[in-house]
Amino acid sequence: MKVISIQNVSKSFGTQHVLKNVSLDISQGETVAIVGPSGVGKSVLLKIIMGVMQPDSGKVEVCGENITIANSEAEKNEIRENLGMLFQSAALLDSLTLYENIAFPLIEKGKFSKNQIHKKVVEIADSLSLISNLQKLPQEVSLGMRKRAGMARALITKPKVFLLDEPNTGLDPLVGQEVYELINLSKNLGDFAGIVVSHELPEVFQVVDRVAMLLNGGFIAIGTPEEFATTGEPAVKQFIEGKIDGPIRIQ
Amino acid sequence: MNAVAIIQNIGTQVIDINTGFGNSVIFLVRSIISMFKRPFRFYLFLTQMLQIGVNSTIVIALIGIFTGAVLAVQGEYTLSRFGATGFIGSAVALSLIRELGPVLTALMVIGRAGSAITAELGIMKITEQVDALKSMAVDPIKYLMVPRILAGTICMPLLTGLFILIGIFGGYLVSITLLGISSGVFLTQMFAAVSMTDIYSGFIKATAFGFIFGWVSCYKGHTCGFGARGVNKATTQSVVTSSVAILVVDYFLTSILTRFFLN
Ligand SMILES: Nc1ncnc2c1ncn2[C@@H]1O[C@H](COP(=O)(O)OP(=O)(O)OP(=O)(O)O)[C@@H](O)[C@H]1O
Ligand SMILES: [Mg+2]
Repeated sequence: MKVISIQNVSKSFGTQHVLKNVSLDISQGETVAIVGPSGVGKSVLLKIIMGVMQPDSGKVEVCGENITIANSEAEKNEIRENLGMLFQSAALLDSLTLYENIAFPLIEKGKFSKNQIHKKVVEIADSLSLISNLQKLPQEVSLGMRKRAGMARALITKPKVFLLDEPNTGLDPLVGQEVYELINLSKNLGDFAGIVVSHELPEVFQVVDRVAMLLNGGFIAIGTPEEFATTGEPAVKQFIEGKIDGPIRIQ
Repeated sequence: MNAVAIIQNIGTQVIDINTGFGNSVIFLVRSIISMFKRPFRFYLFLTQMLQIGVNSTIVIALIGIFTGAVLAVQGEYTLSRFGATGFIGSAVALSLIRELGPVLTALMVIGRAGSAITAELGIMKITEQVDALKSMAVDPIKYLMVPRILAGTICMPLLTGLFILIGIFGGYLVSITLLGISSGVFLTQMFAAVSMTDIYSGFIKATAFGFIFGWVSCYKGHTCGFGARGVNKATTQSVVTSSVAILVVDYFLTSILTRFFLN
């Protein structure tokens, strides 16, 4: 079964065509890494999947339901119950402590007791080494910690699908490894599917089943990590090896 | 610039203003509808009552006492020409209750809390916190706007009441200590002149102002543009728009209420 189906999505800002007829399917239990140079529209694509940004054309189905035509926020919210998202900027609510931020989705669901919530928050915070900073406000901790709290907030409801926008940026290698372990753990626990946007090549390959590279408004290569690591495609090769010379021009 | 360009320019501006107004009405309707939907987050409403209401009391009291005092001095100056300084109590109370209380309180609250609301909501929008709320299936209109609009509508008449009471007290103090009016005359004249309809009309105005204040401040935050400049613009527009709107509405409400109540 497809949990996410992106069909011919296009998005422009003024004269800048960021996404042109992008399509991608993700099946149950599958994790896909989206990679590509800065500014190609990775974050834009995630926001379109989440329904917080409207595409110019095309549609996105989440668990079989079309989020792009849902016309009321209530309808969209029903679809969003399946999703958990980490924003690139973490986007924690800055009037709440890290603890309250992580607990927020559970409190809003209203199905859990205070004790249950506390247990879940502590458990996930522990796996991300956040315990000692839970009572601080987002502006009092480093970006790396905000990212981890955002990650905890996205995963605490055990969504069917997670969308992680650069979960590792701003993290040191040790904590970065913790994040990958949490992703792996979540996958094994809940049979989750998801998208991980990342610049961390080849580290991100260890948690994903497929890799898709976005360039010039479309996916130029989609394949398993092994295929990616050994590809002959010049743009992909250039990107993985981090060379200045090649088909990709740095803008 | 030729004539066509000028007309085009005016046309675009008119369309922009109308679209803006239309959008803000849609925003308001959405807010009102979600007011009645579960879940009701009472603590968010209380937080806003604290921010808008409780935190404004000191400044409102300060302005109130001096406004009342000034009214007494000015009233004495005018009334003494007609040998009617005995009416000073009614002059102070009626001006405060019918006009100055609601309007000055509203302008003060707009300056203090309206700009803060717009800036806070605007920053939440540009730092993706609003998108984050949506991503957690929480409606930002319900979570952020409704408590502020409600708290504004309820706080404004309360603050206005406080302003008026303290203002009358200020006028009374100045009248009996500095202007030589007797306390009995001041109070008797005041109670004789002020009717319940004056109080109603002051109360209706204050409630309407509170509602406009909440609506405009939230809408401007909701539509805030990008960057520090976007927040700057939204905040300025919020203060200017709500102040102007309140004075315009004040004129119409005064005309309607005077006609309605005095006949
Ligand atoms: N709200 C917006 N208004 C106008 N342009 C936008 C907006 N959001 C994104 N863009 C543009 O879309 C392009 C893609 O942005 P996006 O944030 O998706 O890049 P990205 O692939 O996530 O890059 P990075 O790896 O640096 O995060 C950028 O060039 C940006 O200028
Ligand atoms: Mg990005």
